[in-house]
Amino acid sequence: MTGRKTLRTDVAIVGGGIVGASAALALRQMGIGVVLLERDLCGSRSSGVNYGGVRRQGRPINQLPLAQRAHRIWGRLRETIGADGEYLRSGHFKIARSEADMASLERYRAQSRDFDLGLELISDARLRERCPWLGTRAIGGSLCAEDGQANPRLVSPAFALAAQRAGAQIFERHKVDEVAHDGQAFMLRSGNALEVHAPALLNCAGAWSGPIASEFGEAVPLRSSHPVMAVTEPVPHFMDWSLGVEGGGIYCRQVARGNLVLGGGRGIALDADRARADRDAIATLAAQAVELLPTLRHAHFIRTWSGTEGNLPDHQPVLGPSRTTPGLFHGFGFSGAGFQIGPAAGEVLAELVRDGRSSTPIESFSIERFFAEEEAPTITPTSP
Amino acid sequence: MTASSAALQPVIVGAGPAGVRAAQALVAHRLRPVVIDEASRAGGQIYRRPPASLAQRSARALYGFEAGRADAVHAAFDALREHIDYRPDSLVWNAQGGRLDVLHGPTRSTANVPYGQLIVATGATDRVLPVPGWTLPGVYTLGGAQVALKFQGCAIGERVVFMGTGPLLYLVAYQYAKAGAKVIAVLDTARLADQLAAAPAMLRQPAVFAKGVYYVAWLRAHGVALHSGVRPMRVLGDAQESRVAGVAWHDGREERTLACDAVGVGYALRSETQLADLLGCRFEFAPLHRAHLPVRDAAGRSSVRGVYLAGDGAGIMGADAAEWAGERAALALLTDHGVAVDAARAEALERKLHKLGGFREGLERAFPLPSDWAAHAPDELVVCRCENVTAGTLRQTVAVNGADEMNRLKALSRVGMGRCQGRMCGAAAAEILAHATGLPLQQVGRLRGQAPIKPIPIHLAAAPSTGGAGE
Repeated sequence: MTGRKTLRTDVAIVGGGIVGASAALALRQMGIGVVLLERDLCGSRSSGVNYGGVRRQGRPINQLPLAQRAHRIWGRLRETIGADGEYLRSGHFKIARSEADMASLERYRAQSRDFDLGLELISDARLRERCPWLGTRAIGGSLCAEDGQANPRLVSPAFALAAQRAGAQIFERHKVDEVAHDGQAFMLRSGNALEVHAPALLNCAGAWSGPIASEFGEAVPLRSSHPVMAVTEPVPHFMDWSLGVEGGGIYCRQVARGNLVLGGGRGIALDADRARADRDAIATLAAQAVELLPTLRHAHFIRTWSGTEGNLPDHQPVLGPSRTTPGLFHGFGFSGAGFQIGPAAGEVLAELVRDGRSSTPIESFSIERFFAEEEAPTITPTSP
Repeated sequence: MTASSAALQPVIVGAGPAGVRAAQALVAHRLRPVVIDEASRAGGQIYRRPPASLAQRSARALYGFEAGRADAVHAAFDALREHIDYRPDSLVWNAQGGRLDVLHGPTRSTANVPYGQLIVATGATDRVLPVPGWTLPGVYTLGGAQVALKFQGCAIGERVVFMGTGPLLYLVAYQYAKAGAKVIAVLDTARLADQLAAAPAMLRQPAVFAKGVYYVAWLRAHGVALHSGVRPMRVLGDAQESRVAGVAWHDGREERTLACDAVGVGYALRSETQLADLLGCRFEFAPLHRAHLPVRDAAGRSSVRGVYLAGDGAGIMGADAAEWAGERAALALLTDHGVAVDAARAEALERKLHKLGGFREGLERAFPLPSDWAAHAPDELVVCRCENVTAGTLRQTVAVNGADEMNRLKALSRVGMGRCQGRMCGAAAAEILAHATGLPLQQVGRLRGQAPIKPIPIHLAAAPSTGGAGE
């Protein structure tokens, strides 16, 4: 078949989630040419179907520099993507259900002190006063007033649109069928429709990043996982904070319309692309929701859903240069916690392309960590 | 009983004409199916029975010409009662791993119903194309107007206009007039020419065709104004915009208005397909129905082993076809599990269903969905009333964000995200999307189904499920 389009550009990006799209935007702002290939629609997978928590609190300390950088991007979201994405610095409250949880939250506050998260521990009478709607299982918690929430359905596609407006060439419904490197440049082929040649390649394909990494000798233990999300009918507004629970389990926020968005537990894969909420997970989520917020007892779930996330065993992303192939940079495996840091990860990837180094420390996200036992790679990544 | 039939564990969802005939066929082969139905009494929408607590009107009064069929379906079901595990007032809200999650309304309890084979006979609801003012109190769907009459024994108003298209338009108008309501007018978007062109195909079912002709003649003889080829403009409110006060429509030359206190609107029916979707059935666009529907073979087998589809839930074919398809699907289920069935009967049912297909095509020609509806829908028209999403918002979402597919449109605009999950607004939103993108309807796709099929109280979703009887 004739008619395959061939494009030459500076950077090819695989994946139009929040990481790939924000990398595309950042690259265009640097004047660098970008072609982005997305197998479905930009922001339609885990970037667009997640809970929508925009939270620094509770992240591993090594992610906080990236999270702080992202926090600044979120702060100017409207200028950046031309939409507010329903982003609110509504506060994120991590609930303690035991003294041990409370101690753990205190420890976290101490460990994160350098990052100025402004964490405020609340318990006892002050807790009841601040949030009379909390169930009795909660004995206290830690508030990060500047953390918040956003609507992932709107934010993630908006990053892609902004990148496109800035001049990135975005091809949706273009699955990458072949990736190769000839020593000079990468070649990406999408069916009989498109071939892209570029000296740099960003692997931002989320749960589908594994095959690209493997293609370049970097097979990592990336597994798909499927979060369970649910939303209630609108109920009278009672809560501004986005809630999480120390130790995990359930998270919950109320949007302006009044609906409660809840998440927790695992769904089931329908096929390689799609997932749905699991029956038992819905039951567990519902039970936890009523315990956490008794007022929800008579509210209705109107919808549940799931998505597909890329998970790594240590729940940390791979973010940085390839150990084998110059010009290849990875940004995947955010393990269900990529929404807040995604925009910063995109900027970091753009910096890596332009400068060979990032101004934000990312060593601990190196793909090297999965190859510690092996010999040093042939090409040493540029370190800051 | 054969060894294999003893092991069969069939469940039927829906106790309308399809579900009842399916159950009857299974019982005739000495099976004991579970029959789950959302209503409190079997009969489905078309043969809906009033609550047992109300004074019972005669079948003749309730169902008119269909009284005989209604009686037959009810009688068939009543005779089955001892031989089936009947679960009325029960909403199937989820399906996963060979089990259905069922909410029993009266006891506010949930149960887990396992199945080996499942006959999905979930029926249909009205296909709605909104018009400005349609959210005013006093506007009902045609099906809703019929439910009021059959189930509650009351009318939606005293002076009623019926608007839209499809055979139900005239049937409901006739039923209302017979019941003593003043029917001000029937406003049909189809043209007389459409009906004339369709007459040959419709004559494949001369008795049904004759009934339609009769309703029209009766209405005309009783002074009801019948207008065809109209374009509904808006429903008019009273001074406080608190209730319907009239309708405005265009007759091709000029805009006209009529005063009334209630409006029944509908453009034929749409299939309830969420359960088939949750079960993983493959869907395809069905041009005749202007909808994506779960595919089935002539016998009613879906693409999923053990799942059978019958009745309007798999494509709008009407009550008679539903009876045949229900029985045929049950025979297929039995055959697939090694139970001997009357092959000639199965063949005869398929022939009847096939023949009805031609008639159904005629109906579509006679009462086409107005092809210019989307073009004329004003920007301020509310398409999705749960989420208050207007036609203008949908068009904007296409123009600004490039949405060209239903789930994308939903994600970006909230259309179909409310309590109805797109059951009411989905068809209209798809028409707007197709028109705004210039894509054929088939290509804009369909909203993917997600549990719960209908809203479920959280504390019930949390409740530990009890096993189904028969476990």
